[in-house]
Amino acid sequence: MEFPKDLKYTKEHEWVKVEGNIATVGITDYAQDSLGDVVYVELPQEGGTVTKHEPFGVVESVKAVSDLYSPLSGSVTEVNDAIIDSPEAINEDPYGDAWMIKVEVGNDSELGDLLTAEEYQKFIEEEK
Amino acid sequence: MILALKKTPLYDAHKSLGARLVEFAGWEMPVQYSGVIEEHRAVRTSCGLFDVSHMGEIEVSGPGAFDFVQTIMTNDIERIEDGQCQYTLLCYPDGGVVDDTIVYRYNKDRYLFCVNASNSGKVFDWMKKQADADTVVEDVSGNYAQIALQGPKSVEVLRGLLDTDPEDISHFHFHIGLVGDAEALVSRTGYTGEDGFEIYLEPGDAAMVWQALMDAGKKSGILPIGLGARDTLRLEMGYPLYGHELSEKITPLEAGLGKYVRLDDRNFIGEEALKKQAVEGVKKTLVGFQMKDAGIPRADYEIRSGGKKAGWVSSGTSSPSIGKGVGMGFVEPSLKEIGTEIDIMIRDRAARAAVVKLPFYKK
Repeated sequence: MEFPKDLKYTKEHEWVKVEGNIATVGITDYAQDSLGDVVYVELPQEGGTVTKHEPFGVVESVKAVSDLYSPLSGSVTEVNDAIIDSPEAINEDPYGDAWMIKVEVGNDSELGDLLTAEEYQKFIEEEK
Repeated sequence: MILALKKTPLYDAHKSLGARLVEFAGWEMPVQYSGVIEEHRAVRTSCGLFDVSHMGEIEVSGPGAFDFVQTIMTNDIERIEDGQCQYTLLCYPDGGVVDDTIVYRYNKDRYLFCVNASNSGKVFDWMKKQADADTVVEDVSGNYAQIALQGPKSVEVLRGLLDTDPEDISHFHFHIGLVGDAEALVSRTGYTGEDGFEIYLEPGDAAMVWQALMDAGKKSGILPIGLGARDTLRLEMGYPLYGHELSEKITPLEAGLGKYVRLDDRNFIGEEALKKQAVEGVKKTLVGFQMKDAGIPRADYEIRSGGKKAGWVSSGTSSPSIGKGVGMGFVEPSLKEIGTEIDIMIRDRAARAAVVKLPFYKK
């Protein structure tokens, strides 16, 4: 299982890639593996806002529904519509093709609460 | 108090196959191995192996067994011969369902009921209460492991291991003989809509027979199948699952299982209530539906019609075979006609669906 070092993570199993004031958000390899086959995704509208720790969307496997929690607050500048038609990309390439939304970060201080790859890996080891 | 989960004799096999294990009805069971969709497709196109050792088994025997069995079941045991089995409901006096089960007829004085794991204690207690001195009711769940081999290649896979040609076992018949070196009861039954067999055997033989079947199925692409795909396979066929389409508050007639309720010249528990309901009509009825809007229906979602509550979803999923959200649910009888549009409330949004004919999956 992979946890790229250049990404930040949350305890709700999202990853964040920060470039300038734009944060790209997706779910981790661990999350997609736990979910199993992803068959449906619901994402917010472009131009909408997301709030830290609040649900911003939903992923569904054959078996279950899971909320997606926003790692940061801000406005949604881009949504990856391709995964709505091909949700299986979330299983295949969670850190690449299956990014979910890009957020213009409203509050820089929130970035400090994110976990490093090592911290996240340690967290999921303990959660198991 | 934390009760330890029960493990089937195939627990180690599941572990070594990399299964994801979950709690189910007090058992630690595999929910998936390689993935629900891949497993589902294997059963539809080739074959799959299921550990269903969690199912309960109750044996009924004695000179009173025939009359007893006729008293507790909605179907009619007189319609089958020794060596055959039959699907039936067991009902309370008000027509609510105790359990759905397959009953195996060894002979007029001896029967085996295969009951749901979640209900086995309840069914056993209920049967004991109805039995007279001429009937022995025994919970023999501990004597059996159960393996289901399902899919179009099942006959081919079983052929080299069974002491008779599997093709000679007709649908809803059973054979008592040897699978490899293990004594087993093998029935041509299943819960997937595919050809297949259910194999009852001693727990101590389960691991050996499981491995022998996996080896025999290797060239056919056999896969071990978890509870996840077991559920999508049965759902595509519109088969009921107790706790969803059946319960103490749902009658077989409401669940669309009237053909398993034989009301003529019968005298069984619940008969009066069901006769009355057959005459007066049901107030809720089970339908299958397919999503027209995006979304996946799930158990307990509300069904609406014209903006008003009109029922609930009993089971739902994304169908691996047809690639759409499908579900079953209970609605007012006025909504049961094929093509009727209904709304499924998915996270406070009304998503359109249409009533369709069951099963969802046809060959």
